[in-house]
Amino acid sequence: MTALLRDRTAIIVLLGPALALYAAVMLVPIVWTIGYTPFEGSIIGGFTFVGTKNFETLLTDTEFHNALRFSIGYAIVSTVGQVGAGLLLALAYVFWLGRSSTLVRTVVFFPIVLPTVAVSALFVKLFAIAPQYGLLNATLETVGLDALIQPWLGQPATASAALVFMDVWRASGFYAIILFAGLVEVPAEVLDAARVDGARGLTMFRRVLFPFLRPILFTAIIFALVGTLKVFDSVVALTRGGPGSATTPLTLYMFDTSFKYLDYGYGSTIAVALSVLCLVVTLALFRFARGDVDR
Amino acid sequence: MSRATDMRLHRPGTPTGSRKPFRTSPTRAARMALRRIVITALVIVEILPLVWLVLSSFKEESEFSLYPVYSLPRGLHFENYIDAWTTGNIGLYFANSLMVVVPAVLLVIGLCTTGAFALEIMRWRGRNVVLMLFVIGILIPGQMILLPLFTIYFNLGLLDTRLSLILTYTVFGLPLGVFLMVGYYKAVPRELLEAAVIDGATVYQAFRMVALPAVANAVATVALVSFLFIWGDLLVALTFVSSNELRTVQTGLLAFTDQYGQREWGPTFAAISIATLPTLVVFLALNQRVIRGLTAGAVKG
Repeated sequence: MTALLRDRTAIIVLLGPALALYAAVMLVPIVWTIGYTPFEGSIIGGFTFVGTKNFETLLTDTEFHNALRFSIGYAIVSTVGQVGAGLLLALAYVFWLGRSSTLVRTVVFFPIVLPTVAVSALFVKLFAIAPQYGLLNATLETVGLDALIQPWLGQPATASAALVFMDVWRASGFYAIILFAGLVEVPAEVLDAARVDGARGLTMFRRVLFPFLRPILFTAIIFALVGTLKVFDSVVALTRGGPGSATTPLTLYMFDTSFKYLDYGYGSTIAVALSVLCLVVTLALFRFARGDVDR
Repeated sequence: MSRATDMRLHRPGTPTGSRKPFRTSPTRAARMALRRIVITALVIVEILPLVWLVLSSFKEESEFSLYPVYSLPRGLHFENYIDAWTTGNIGLYFANSLMVVVPAVLLVIGLCTTGAFALEIMRWRGRNVVLMLFVIGILIPGQMILLPLFTIYFNLGLLDTRLSLILTYTVFGLPLGVFLMVGYYKAVPRELLEAAVIDGATVYQAFRMVALPAVANAVATVALVSFLFIWGDLLVALTFVSSNELRTVQTGLLAFTDQYGQREWGPTFAAISIATLPTLVVFLALNQRVIRGLTAGAVKG
């Protein structure tokens, strides 16, 4: 048995194709991108070696700083929104709906399945102001809140808020299912015992549910943070990074730098910065989560 | 988290389901009503934009300017769909998407089932490192590999071809696919494989006739998840394909809204509906499997 499972030829035959393609299209390009960072130029105009200049530019480039700030702020606010709304939904599923929640869970989950570009195109119409009011502005007009009618996607603050709202709308049902899976693991006896001891509401959550939920809550937060740091499709389709560059994250700044301004070296440098950010966030949270469990 | 959780989640009448509120107070009826209102409001918020999308897609253009956009359509104007499909090229984009998504999903399945078998069932040194290399791909943003791929495809003459999309999508689907399949193979009882080997099966026969049938359900789940991810991609298609004849649904929809979105709301809503249709069909038919598949990546991580 074991001899058969150590068969080198079989390992190569079975794993070879997947690993070869993965190496050629993923692993080699990752290293290659790092290799681009000390250069300036593109495949069309040719490359010149510039040493550490691209990394120095990162420190002084205000557009990079704005994109970095937007990426981080957006990731934090969206994560709080997605996981927070997901947690409230999960609690509602377990304690309010009980047996009948499958249909509600399924319906609320649905938006995450939809293509982001399509969802964004829909929300462009929902937030529209011209040539006619979209769903939001039309509703505000009808209920007499005319003062609130505004070009939602045309102002930096409201455009960012719209983006976050759309992301929370899309993803909260997804996180609700993940956290719901954690909540149903809490043994009924523990809950009953806590209730007998008079725990309810916030105390119940903090003292009884949270310890059970902590590992899965961390997983959800890591997932949400990395997912929102990588945001691209929804930004491009909803706001194009605008107005101006008010909603431009690192992903879009990298894309424009590389393909609009044909600066592969600086584009790669931004990509490396973004990847490092994703890795650091993940590792830091993993370590934090583990330390938390150990204590 | 184990798959046992997933199963409990979807079995009706779990212990959780039968939990009754402990306290009975006179205001209980009022609290129940409040709960119902909050839940209903939530469900409405989730559904309303989609209902609005479908209703609006049947409206005549003048209805948008004459009546508030939330009013019901005065008739069923299927012309919007015809306009979007033909004049707006959504039909072409739809076919293009299918022509890259289907081969990519098949490749993902083929490579994941074999690769994960070698990584989980077979015994060799370094397999954990190789598995790590695959799993790291889940974290890496697409931007990290776009430029070298652009250069490679440029040199091979693959820019603006379906092959460039199929290759990239396949590789983007591998990390999660391998990760999930390794987890599913773990659950295959070793006795099954041993029995097959004692009966004289080769490794390939053990793979094809024992391991693969045992994870057939999981393969379908991985196929679904990959399909949803690849169908929704914008970044890859935007980078490697520029000619209109090869645009996928998502890049096509973006081009469509650029060109017609501002003025022609009816066809725009119809185009959005068409772009979401396959995901809706898949979800209506297989929602519990989709939910299990999509959350498995996060829950097991």
